[in-house]
Amino acid sequence: MSVPENTVWKEVATLADIPALGGRVVATEGGEIALLRNERDEVYALDNRCPHKGGPLAEGTVSGDTVYCPLHNWRIDLKHGQARDPDVGCVRTWPVRLEGERVFVRLPE
Amino acid sequence: MNNPVYGRPRLVMVGNGMAGMRAVEELLAMAPGHYDITVFGDEPHPNYNRILLSPVLAREMAFEDTILNDRAWYHAHGITLHAGQAVTRIDRARRLVHAADGTVERYDRLLLALGSTPYVPAISGAQLDGVMTYRTIEDVRAMQALPAGARAVVIGGGLLGLEAAYGLLTQGAKVTVVHRNPWLLDRQMDRVGADLLQRSLIARGLCLCLGAETEAITGDGHVQGLRLKDGRTLDADLVVFAVGIRPRTALARAAGLHCDRGIVVDDTLQTFDPRIYAVGECVQHRGLTYGLVAPLFEQAKVAANHLAQYGRLRYTGSLASTKLKVTGVGLFSAGDFTGGAGCEEVSLLDAAGGVYKKVVIRDHKLAGILLYGDTALGPWLFQLLRTGQDVSALRDHLLFGETTGDVRHGGGRAIDHMPEAAEICGCNGINKGTIVHAIRTRGLFTVDDVRRCTKASASCGSCTGLVEQILASTLGGLYEATARKRSLCACTDLTHDEIRDAIVTRKLLSVRAVFATLEWKAAGGCPTCRPAVNYYVRCAWPAEAIDDPQARLVNERVHANIQKDATYSVIPRLYGGVTTPAELKRIAEVAERYQVPMVKITGGQRIDLLGVKKQDLPAIWADLGMPSGHAYGKALRTCKSCVGTEFCRFGTQDSTHLAITLEKRLERMWSPHKVKLAASGCPRNCAESTIKDFGVIGVDSGWEIYVGGNGGMKLRAGDLLSKVASEDEVVELAEAFMQLYRKEAYYLERTAPWIERVGLDHIKAMTVENSESRKQLAAELRHALSHEEDPWAAALSGHITIHAQPLRVAEMTI
Repeated sequence: MSVPENTVWKEVATLADIPALGGRVVATEGGEIALLRNERDEVYALDNRCPHKGGPLAEGTVSGDTVYCPLHNWRIDLKHGQARDPDVGCVRTWPVRLEGERVFVRLPE
Repeated sequence: MNNPVYGRPRLVMVGNGMAGMRAVEELLAMAPGHYDITVFGDEPHPNYNRILLSPVLAREMAFEDTILNDRAWYHAHGITLHAGQAVTRIDRARRLVHAADGTVERYDRLLLALGSTPYVPAISGAQLDGVMTYRTIEDVRAMQALPAGARAVVIGGGLLGLEAAYGLLTQGAKVTVVHRNPWLLDRQMDRVGADLLQRSLIARGLCLCLGAETEAITGDGHVQGLRLKDGRTLDADLVVFAVGIRPRTALARAAGLHCDRGIVVDDTLQTFDPRIYAVGECVQHRGLTYGLVAPLFEQAKVAANHLAQYGRLRYTGSLASTKLKVTGVGLFSAGDFTGGAGCEEVSLLDAAGGVYKKVVIRDHKLAGILLYGDTALGPWLFQLLRTGQDVSALRDHLLFGETTGDVRHGGGRAIDHMPEAAEICGCNGINKGTIVHAIRTRGLFTVDDVRRCTKASASCGSCTGLVEQILASTLGGLYEATARKRSLCACTDLTHDEIRDAIVTRKLLSVRAVFATLEWKAAGGCPTCRPAVNYYVRCAWPAEAIDDPQARLVNERVHANIQKDATYSVIPRLYGGVTTPAELKRIAEVAERYQVPMVKITGGQRIDLLGVKKQDLPAIWADLGMPSGHAYGKALRTCKSCVGTEFCRFGTQDSTHLAITLEKRLERMWSPHKVKLAASGCPRNCAESTIKDFGVIGVDSGWEIYVGGNGGMKLRAGDLLSKVASEDEVVELAEAFMQLYRKEAYYLERTAPWIERVGLDHIKAMTVENSESRKQLAAELRHALSHEEDPWAAALSGHITIHAQPLRVAEMTI
């Protein structure tokens, strides 16, 4: 993933804020971001809008490398934001860094 | 059994056909990297879909489109493929496989998927040029090379023979089918049905020689004709034998493996040599051999499970139905459709319309099915046959379908006539053409495959029957629907029942424990299994289970119903649909205070506040000061009521009082699916009690109780469970019925399909006739409910968290 220009690492949560296999919403100036945590305690950040009909991905079901949208079960890849076959679409992803319990997302300045 | 040289054990498979490769694919999915895999195949191609040879012969498809696994696939999975190399010998003592070209491979496990050979009777002239069988792509090419106007004779009027004949007919050949029995397809049809088929085939230009046996094939080097035993002669440039198949066992026999008609295997698909497994047409299991694809795939799955050393699945045989399309005419048959002594037949014949339906009933159960021309009822009837359900009550509409007037979801007879653009799956907007294309180009065989690749029937599932018909109609030939064991989802091979048993017997108290103990394939599960397992755990161990909020879907986690714009709806509980002016004022004030965009009365007589933001939920709950109406959950929803004796001049019973009591006694109940109640005060039934999961109708002498009604996706009138005299009896029966449903129904199974599955008699026995079991069940439910808290109160007191507020970005950056 290329690092977007004019962005900086911002602290958005602690790991404990995000339920395992679940998600939380982060309110940013540019809109809502879904922070999602899988069973391996990896954390991903995606725009909180499913490419299908805008479902809030932070409320979805996280498993392995994907999140299932809560509205129509579209399956979105956590790493690249691509919808899994047979669905087509893509949601923007944001770089995430974990420092111990602290969760940082690279967001616009 | 690790190989000391290579580290990984070596699996060698002999036979590169559909059954064997399916086993390899299952194995790769189950235990990737467990084996070094080597595959030998006689044919010089990668694995292709033999079922689709008939469309290739008819030039409806290209051979390339039938390839299931191309060479790149073998390469990508690290599989060594020896295509076009016949295996000549198995050395069991040294565990070596020898091929014709001298290749030798060593195995730790050997999988035999040798398939079958077309049977060619020993008659004079069978070895002449131009005499062939129909099994491989080479056979197809030979038939296609026939010049137009040539004369072809197909010996054998079974499924394969008719497909070959139809294919040859489309090449422009003059085709005659010679069949030993007096009518075609005698394994699939009785005489009446065959008459219809024969008329239709003759109209298409096929010649039939029935009740005829071939004495000799004539010709000098190349075939010129054949002579029948009755003295008739036929001219022929090509003769195709399609008189049956024989399992290929020679290689196994020579290796000293026990064979009868096929290679004998046990329920794990293991042969008499524990290192050697066998699947497919070459196998004989419990005395039976199988030639159609679906049972072979079931075998493949079981064999793969044991090769992966999971040791869990058993193959117990397949109850097969034949569902196929011969030359554009639908046929479905299963079981013993010939009838005879001790049987009754129900049939319908529309000779002009080309429709014939017949069912055979023995001991009040379906014993056989034969559908010709209109096969829409096939899946439903097959289900009845399979479950052995008493069909006495259904007799008068067995041949017309489950429900009448439900053209859309019942399937109708229209599938073949439906245009490509016809919408099949209304939820996902998938049309027939898309499904047919996916089946053809991506090699799909099952409803699950179609669901995964196209989303058709992946949502509400009511078009599953239509998707099955499209599968049958597209795959034609050898497609077969079988009684398959249904696993909960792709994350496990276990069924709902097996999982529930394990939860009870091994005392599994959380989703996490279930996934770990039962070796879930995906560590995190999926949206199908997580909520189901979470429910099963809590149902089995109400006091001890650990609820997992992340195993619940959004509605049951947030305790509100998510809407299309990611707002929520809030429905407080109004017991029995009765409220007060003070309560109404409070609701109105909340709606104004939080600028709720819409206030609506629901179908269940409750008040719905729509368009609420997640952040406002806790404050709204606090301001309402009312319990959750559970309108978002697989839970007790509402008890709808009519006015009853208190005000209604027709009322015979106090239905509002009963409705309030029922709702109070059952509230906070989680269940396999939503549960709706109703109480009507007289037989006018204004509360619509007969389309509810549990509905009560007041009569002069007491209450009639109806169960399993449904007014939603699939209309069903409730069954009369019992009639009782008092309100207390109604309540106890409601508790017992609900607990039985909670314990027995599969997750997401409403009471209506549950009752159809287990039978009303069973429910009556457990809840009406046996008072001890009724009291026991009712007590179990009361125990379970005593551990449930009102979820809104629980959220306000911090017992559960719904994460109503979003996280904020810290000021500090790095």
